[in-house]
Amino acid sequence: MRRWMLMALVFAALLAVPPGVRGDAPAPATLRLWHSYRGAERDAVERVVAEFARIHPEWPVELLAVPYEAFANKLTSAIPRGNGPDVFIAAHERLGDWVESGLIAGLPEGDPWSGFFPATVEAVTWKGRQFGYPLAFKSLALFVRDDVLGGPVPGDTDSLQAACRRMAAGRPGNFCIAWEAGSFYHHAPWVFGFGGGILDKDGKPRLDRPENAASVAFVTGLTKDGHMPQEPTSALITQLFNEGRVAMAVNGPWFLGELAPGVKYSVHPLPRVSSTGLPATPFLTVDAAMVSSKSTVPEAAGALARFLAVEGAAPRLVDARQVVALASAWDLTDVAVDPIVVQFREAAAAAIPMPNVPVMRAVWEPASQALRAALRGAAEPEAAMESAMQRIEIATRPRPAAANPLFALAGLAILGIAALVWAARRFRRDDTWSRMRASSHAYAFLAPAAVATGVLVFVPFAVGTGVAFFSHHQGEFTYVGLANFINILGSTDYAVTEPLSFWFTLGVTVMWTVVNVFMHVSIGVALALVLRRPWMKLRGVYRVLLIVPWAVPSYITALIWKGMFHKQFGAVNGLLVWLGLEPVSWFSHFWTSFAANVATNTWLGFPFMMVVTLGALQSIPGELEEAAEMDGATAVQRFFSITLPLLKPALLPAIVLGGVWTFNMFNIIFLVSGGEPGGSTEILISEAYRWAFSRQEQYGYAAAYATLIFLFLLAWSLAAGRLQRRTA
Amino acid sequence: MNRRPSWLAAVGWNLALVVACAVTLYPVLWVIKMALTPSQAFDLSPSPIPNTFSLSNFHDLVMATDMAGRWLFGHWLFNSVVVAGATTLLSLALATTAAYAFSRFVFPGRRIGMTLFLVTQMFPGVVMAIPLYLLLDAMNLLDSMVGLTLVYSTTAIPFCVWMMKGYFDTIPKDLEEAAVMDGAGRWTMFFRIILPLARPAIVVTALFSFMTAWNEFILAATFLSDETAFTLPVALQRYVGDYSTEWGHFAAGAIIVSTPVMALFFALQRHLIGGLTAGGVKG
Repeated sequence: MRRWMLMALVFAALLAVPPGVRGDAPAPATLRLWHSYRGAERDAVERVVAEFARIHPEWPVELLAVPYEAFANKLTSAIPRGNGPDVFIAAHERLGDWVESGLIAGLPEGDPWSGFFPATVEAVTWKGRQFGYPLAFKSLALFVRDDVLGGPVPGDTDSLQAACRRMAAGRPGNFCIAWEAGSFYHHAPWVFGFGGGILDKDGKPRLDRPENAASVAFVTGLTKDGHMPQEPTSALITQLFNEGRVAMAVNGPWFLGELAPGVKYSVHPLPRVSSTGLPATPFLTVDAAMVSSKSTVPEAAGALARFLAVEGAAPRLVDARQVVALASAWDLTDVAVDPIVVQFREAAAAAIPMPNVPVMRAVWEPASQALRAALRGAAEPEAAMESAMQRIEIATRPRPAAANPLFALAGLAILGIAALVWAARRFRRDDTWSRMRASSHAYAFLAPAAVATGVLVFVPFAVGTGVAFFSHHQGEFTYVGLANFINILGSTDYAVTEPLSFWFTLGVTVMWTVVNVFMHVSIGVALALVLRRPWMKLRGVYRVLLIVPWAVPSYITALIWKGMFHKQFGAVNGLLVWLGLEPVSWFSHFWTSFAANVATNTWLGFPFMMVVTLGALQSIPGELEEAAEMDGATAVQRFFSITLPLLKPALLPAIVLGGVWTFNMFNIIFLVSGGEPGGSTEILISEAYRWAFSRQEQYGYAAAYATLIFLFLLAWSLAAGRLQRRTA
Repeated sequence: MNRRPSWLAAVGWNLALVVACAVTLYPVLWVIKMALTPSQAFDLSPSPIPNTFSLSNFHDLVMATDMAGRWLFGHWLFNSVVVAGATTLLSLALATTAAYAFSRFVFPGRRIGMTLFLVTQMFPGVVMAIPLYLLLDAMNLLDSMVGLTLVYSTTAIPFCVWMMKGYFDTIPKDLEEAAVMDGAGRWTMFFRIILPLARPAIVVTALFSFMTAWNEFILAATFLSDETAFTLPVALQRYVGDYSTEWGHFAAGAIIVSTPVMALFFALQRHLIGGLTAGGVKG
């Protein structure tokens, strides 16, 4: 009793002392700066800010390094509520979105922009006005290991192919050139080099051009001839380059951080495309300091952003090796600029700013899927680009028309009145009211948990579900009634049997859940049965080791599993080859890709079922089985007629919960197969995520997906509950 | 069943288990290898045996300081321990009482209540983050450990209630009836009889709520805006970047984060096996 009171006291104390535990609230004049820099870049920015604070003691600055994955979400929720930063550093590609949603403030007219490289100013310009100070820029360049290449750096694609053919002689397992060919960002330079493009004159995506198909054919040719590794992921390219097994890599400045010490390399502009005479032109991404539109100290915020860009340019260039956007910073004669940084700037000379229009963000996913389809030979380049166009058009389709909320409100009101009438009648008819009064002690026990979950789980869920009746566009929500649901359930965009249609994805999700739960249960039960044998001396050790996957964060192990399924370099194919089998291209076919997902999730999920079974087995008396054995029952008969029925009451609830968790197992799908091939292995929750975050922020549509997931699970668990009661 | 199997069968079963353990540990060994390699590249070689032994990744993480020279790792660890500890206590306090009500009393709304708690497990997280942000903002609990603790507890409570209710159901009622004879009140009964008997279930519930709070980062990163208020997983997540990930640092962080959980698992595994199942039997 006393112990519990102590615990309660500790808890009460925790709740009562927020001011001391909380981070000190910033004083009103404090400038808040958010960024997601790491390492040397972060150090340099901190030094620049310290210098700013020294010059302007009246404006203290508070820095916050926000994890990249939470950055955009945090900005869009914090700034409109006045909790956001005054200044933040971010890539310019979402600038258009942010301006249109009213998150960032325009900079004063007439600021001297001439000091910056023109392309970087263009990147931060929206409808003729500047919305951020360009700090630095990044673009892809050609990394060359001169020792491996053993010849001049190719200046055009003809000499590139000649060099590759020369190198290919007699060196299996080695490659000429590599880049992340399955990512459209890395492919874009060739699109421009072949004279193609991504957006047309009106800013609408147009990928289905012969030049674009030619660029894809060029890359598939390199892969087919063995000059480029298959499924080139960033990890693979790093490893090959570090080990000297690839002579050239196309990558950005971030690649420097991954190169092993002692690797000799040089950086060059991308080669020209011989057939067109045009240079392969990478996208330019500009890190810019942007001022929040909700800043309470706009003058100071503007001064800080400017200071970062102008006075901060030299330290960022010299100490953090940033390719800074301020041209005059490069003219410093007294400080030695790292030659690699100069090479990066030269490589970026031809680069064009990544379009900052919101529609661009709907292009990446379908375009990359199309690329990968062409690379693995599943589609001709032309057809791949056409299907990408189709998907882009669906993602950018016009919003449903605004509906009149009066009907919904009237409907809600009628429902509410009906519920009230029903409750009132029920109370009058039977003795519910008096029974409720008699149970006040039960409610006293229940109330804290009920109130807490009600406020913090049901209210947010109700709000989230409510969004399903709206359409979101740049920070504005329009009521559209049931339009989202009608679109999803009616399969308006995709045929029912096509990947990415709701029904196809639902089918995959159900299959995913059933297969996983079956694997979890069968492996878990099998291991538990072996581990419980009394003669198993090492069972404590085995049990401890087999439980490990449960305790490790799934994020990192999922990525390791993805690496293990790599076609050329993964451990799984290594094992197959060792056994004398053909290597499998795991993410090229639906079934193998699905199997890779299942294998990963089985690994993560079997310990839970094993532990449940081990516990249940403890309560099954051994005599029963011994008696059966005496009667001559085989091991299989004993298992199915005695052990399994006795395990059932323990396993059924675990299966219901495990099924619900697997149904919404977003991490594995997203990190292992990523929906490959062509989105066919997506499950409902990962589709909802993509609608919310990579297809034009269609939060309403995503919420409708989430609502349908919920309804499906609810129906399923009610059915399972009925089944359980019947069998119990 | 209990007689010793043949020597051959014993070897065979042990061999099978060794293979199972090897498959289980293979990816984990890789994490350790990456953590011990000073390079920040993602390792793709098939061997999970580290070829270098360097603690520089751990050093970078543990020794991180901010501009004012504050020892950040200390703050992060402290925050994680406090938030996870408070979450565990709060979930236990709320879940045991609610589960007791569900298990021992018959009252209107009991069935619906149980169903509603189960239903929360089906809410897809994608739609919850932004409404939660608005709610915490309205309650002035953003950027505070209290807000985070409340959110984590309510996430963990439904599963805990189900587990505990199932376990309470297995505790015979005679004990309480005897206590009523002795004039014990409901709260005395709850504290004196039920809770001590339900220790295995309490252990499981505690572990589950601890893990919920200890590993979470998306909500924490969204709600917290002060570097010294971050929890460990948020700090760890910063090594995952826009274009590249610092794998060495990330792996070292993953090990630091998962070690306490594993230690708890191993220390509590006996209770874990009993508690999880008895809860399930009548769940």
